[in-house]
Amino acid sequence: MKNERWIPVLATLLVLLLLYAFGVSQYRNFASTLVLGNLLTDNAFVIIAGVGMTLVILSGGIDLSVGSMIAFTGVLIALLVGQAGWHPLAAIGFALLLGTCIGAIMGYLIDAFELQPFIVTLALMFLLRGLAFLLSLESVPIDPPFVEQFANFRIPLPGRGWLTASALVMLVVLLAGMVLAHYTRFGTNVYAVGGDKSSAALLGVSVRGTLVGVYACSGFTSALAGVIYTLYTASGYPLATVGVELDVIAAVVIGGTLLTGGVGFIFGTLLGGLIQGVIQTLIAFDGSLNSWWTKIVIGLLLFIFIVLQRLLSRSFGSMLKAA
Amino acid sequence: MPPSALLSLRDIAISFGDFKALQAIQADFHAGEIHALLGENGAGKSTLIKVITGVYQPDEGQLFLDGQAYRAGGSAEAQALGISTVYQEVNLIPTLTVAQNLSLGRQPTRFGLVRWGAAQRQARALLARLELEIDVNRPLGSYSIAIQQLVAIARALALDAKVLILDEPTASLDGHEVEVLFGLLRQLRAQGMAIVFVTHFLDQVYALCDRITVLRNGRLVTSAPIAELPRLKLVEQMLGRQLAPSDSPTQDTARQSDKQQHPLLLEVDRLGRKRMLEPLSFSLRQGETLGLAGLLGSGRTETVKLLFGAERADSGQLRLAGAPCTIHNPRQAIRQGLGFCPEDRKREGLVLELSVRENLILALQAKRGWRKPIPEAQQQQLADEMIRALGIATPDAEKPVGQLSGGNQQKVILGRWLIAQPRLLILDEPTRGIDVGAHAEIVALIRRLCAEGMSLLVVSSELDEVVVFSDRIMVMRDRFKAAELTAPLHPNDIIKAIAS
Amino acid sequence: MTLPLSLSQAPQRRRGTGGGTHQQWLLPVTALALIFLVNALLSPSFFSLGVVEGHLYGSLVDILHRGAPLALLAIGMSIVIGTGGIDLSVGAIIAICGSLMAVLIQQDVSPLLTTLLTLGAGLLCGLWNGLLVAVLRIQPIVATLILMVAGRGIAQMITGGQIVTFHSEVFGQLGSGYLVMLPMRVILTALVLGLLIALVRRSALGLFIEAVGGNAEASRLAGIDSRGILIGAYLISGLCAAFAGMIIAADISGADANNAGLWMEMDAILAVVIGGASLAGGRFYLGLTLLGTLVIQSLTTSILVSGLPAQYNLLVKALVILVFLLIQSRPVKQRLLGWLQRRRPSPKS
Repeated sequence: MKNERWIPVLATLLVLLLLYAFGVSQYRNFASTLVLGNLLTDNAFVIIAGVGMTLVILSGGIDLSVGSMIAFTGVLIALLVGQAGWHPLAAIGFALLLGTCIGAIMGYLIDAFELQPFIVTLALMFLLRGLAFLLSLESVPIDPPFVEQFANFRIPLPGRGWLTASALVMLVVLLAGMVLAHYTRFGTNVYAVGGDKSSAALLGVSVRGTLVGVYACSGFTSALAGVIYTLYTASGYPLATVGVELDVIAAVVIGGTLLTGGVGFIFGTLLGGLIQGVIQTLIAFDGSLNSWWTKIVIGLLLFIFIVLQRLLSRSFGSMLKAA
Repeated sequence: MPPSALLSLRDIAISFGDFKALQAIQADFHAGEIHALLGENGAGKSTLIKVITGVYQPDEGQLFLDGQAYRAGGSAEAQALGISTVYQEVNLIPTLTVAQNLSLGRQPTRFGLVRWGAAQRQARALLARLELEIDVNRPLGSYSIAIQQLVAIARALALDAKVLILDEPTASLDGHEVEVLFGLLRQLRAQGMAIVFVTHFLDQVYALCDRITVLRNGRLVTSAPIAELPRLKLVEQMLGRQLAPSDSPTQDTARQSDKQQHPLLLEVDRLGRKRMLEPLSFSLRQGETLGLAGLLGSGRTETVKLLFGAERADSGQLRLAGAPCTIHNPRQAIRQGLGFCPEDRKREGLVLELSVRENLILALQAKRGWRKPIPEAQQQQLADEMIRALGIATPDAEKPVGQLSGGNQQKVILGRWLIAQPRLLILDEPTRGIDVGAHAEIVALIRRLCAEGMSLLVVSSELDEVVVFSDRIMVMRDRFKAAELTAPLHPNDIIKAIAS
Repeated sequence: MTLPLSLSQAPQRRRGTGGGTHQQWLLPVTALALIFLVNALLSPSFFSLGVVEGHLYGSLVDILHRGAPLALLAIGMSIVIGTGGIDLSVGAIIAICGSLMAVLIQQDVSPLLTTLLTLGAGLLCGLWNGLLVAVLRIQPIVATLILMVAGRGIAQMITGGQIVTFHSEVFGQLGSGYLVMLPMRVILTALVLGLLIALVRRSALGLFIEAVGGNAEASRLAGIDSRGILIGAYLISGLCAAFAGMIIAADISGADANNAGLWMEMDAILAVVIGGASLAGGRFYLGLTLLGTLVIQSLTTSILVSGLPAQYNLLVKALVILVFLLIQSRPVKQRLLGWLQRRRPSPKS
């Protein structure tokens, strides 16, 4: 493989395989499809949000509002279904639309007012969390029949494992994200804007349209992650998923996407999300290790990957400097 | 009567406010010709290109393409008409692949999905036209600047261009890469394209071009076939002065010979860096001013930046006052007693938000370190002294330096280094972009500093000035040292050295 | 040729250390006045000060009391932002230092050594960030994200995953003691900030930070050691966070690795933004940053006083940030400026 853009994602794959092989060598049950199915299910919402986050980071931005969006969507759906008597699907549709629109507005603000994505989405993070509290200060349970239908819909895997509805939705979103990023003009425009904004504009790319689209996508996937998370926990809780944006960003970066924008793959985010899942599973299997090791190991991986990216981007950077 | 040339300009004039950027420009660009567009900084080359591509609309005059009057609304429309432009800095996306760059915005699609296979075939076909065989699936940034430049040209040619405008395409290329590019341009010429070629390298003009148009101060100086413009005459035209009839020396030789007794301060041996500067050697005595002359892009700025450690040299040795020394970064240079006023004041010289006072004391403070702040009162005194001594026009020392005029900003940078009291002061185009009065003041200042025993290395495009303040002059051409002139100094000798 | 813009734009900065022009003070002062006004209307007791057992009591004292850690963070953040960077890890550093302090006190380490070790840990964190930014040249937002993620894990490791409580006379004073009618932590914070401001503004450090943040290339060519300056800025930020962490841990006589200092990095950034500094670096205003801290803390306290759920705080804060961001954005400023100039023909130069 002579293309240097693949190096980070290959490194990620290698890390994932090594971790998995380590698990298999240590624990008899680790290789079972049950563990695999759970891995996909438990991390579905992080990876779904990661698809949108990957697009945002590819465009050279960042979205800190993910965790709050998940909580807000959860509370909103729970209230619409439980108190306003909406059909769950209608509530879900409305929440997705709302998330997309909020994202689009963020994209517009970022471009039109020349604001840093980091600080705008930080404001959105507070805003959505505040709105979630405004809707309800307590956890709101959600209508059981639909949740059960959702939970019961699953495809058996060979062995004892299941491919749950959450995992299926995640795989569909992942596939859609890959098509969007790699097989549409919009996707190429995202890469172009992230690679060099002013050149992209000169080459006829609509920077504003691209950014609005990118943040709308992230709004949509965050809201969808919220839907999945809500169905998974069968409740909407305004204090849910605090700090999940960091897990999502970590998944994207460990997945080989350059935080400076322009380089990376949606598929890498799946790997990044799974690495976090495998680490958690390993720690759970071990029993004697504590949960904080997850954070420390993820921090360490972040460090390694960021330094790796830094070294790689020097080969791109030498060109940028000379131009 | 419609002109016969492929692209013709008739009586083009454009002004910005009171500033007449172009006046009465006539030019004909013929099919199957490479046409050099030359001129020093501010001559109006880039404005003219922007008029041709429709970025600017001329106030007067007409543009003809294929005998038809045309008016383009911007580079995209110009491209649709068949006029493509490639700028000096490659305006492509380094992180995208070559094929993605070539197809951006016009990818072949089916049901809204991009057909990358087709896009790659198209990209290969485009590159094949330039006899360029590279892997189109690799990121553009992984290729050399020359290849990237060629890819940019390929993109420009994708829409059946009739006219190709190249704005300094060779500025960042090495010798071999230039050859590759020239091969392509000759081939395009043979295919009947009209090529407009902007460059600062005279050798390249004579190696490649068929016709030359020279601009100066927004006016057309000459437009002639290459055979009618020998080198010497071309340089005269560009600089706007003829060889004076009598070779009267402008300097007293007595002063010069006197300085031969001064001890050597700086000896530079084969200082250079790949793609930037061919290794060159020179020396400088105490209390001596060495002028550095040459056309724009000839390697003058590169020389002084390498000397000061602003760019890392990859070859060369330095000796200061007889002792060997290494300079890898500006801090080391400053510790050795060097000072440097860069040409690009806003980007490399000033911190625009900070006040005149803070900018003035910056170098001295950096030399002392952060632990030993210059007392407030002393700062005030130094700043006021410098404002008075250099005649910096500012109501007081606390004004943000970004709000001063160009000449006053230049004086602030000069003042910064005078406060730091270097042994050797390097000035890069100290009189660029400032008004005539300030010019004279700065020339006088250089002479005074020199008389006080400071050594100076001064880059200047102003021939009349450089002979006045220099004791010796080093002439640069095409990134190497072309000549070293000693007293009696005369602008004629510089022109001859540049054209040699 | 003088540009008309330069005449009315950005009047000169006043000399000295306070920082900022009259215009820059206008917005945060107005915001603070507005918050106080609303409070005065809602609950007249807001401004009442009482003395109980020789201690000053009242909402205003409470704002200072609770705002002390944030003020420390904001000053450190302001300096880092001045260099054109950002420090996302200060919340995590609070957790690390608080946890370390709690564990050390539990182990009966002397208060002096505990203090030194805790502050040292903060410096170490700052050094890590500084090395990543200055030597490896990683973007600050990315570099400090690493410690932001890993830091809480480290803090949990130190406490063994539990909330560690302790009893200490000395540190109890730091958390809730009083000295001459005022809370001890307010006095200590003022002392530390005073020293810090003196360090930055009485040495050439402040000038160098502003120069590096304003124009890194020009600073390099003027001979400033930008690498050292950057590391220094992150060191200061780490030290401030460590001290804030000590106060927070002392306050509750315990360390909560999960929640101590959670989102405080965001509040600190907001305080700097409300203080009018550009996130792009350059001029930083310590006085204005403290004012920004007051605005944020007053908002928080007023919501508490008003009886609304504390969680609404987030909503109000978000709206305040958005308003400040939009008002200070370049396009809006330009449009405002253009409008002002049409209204008032510029004076002759």
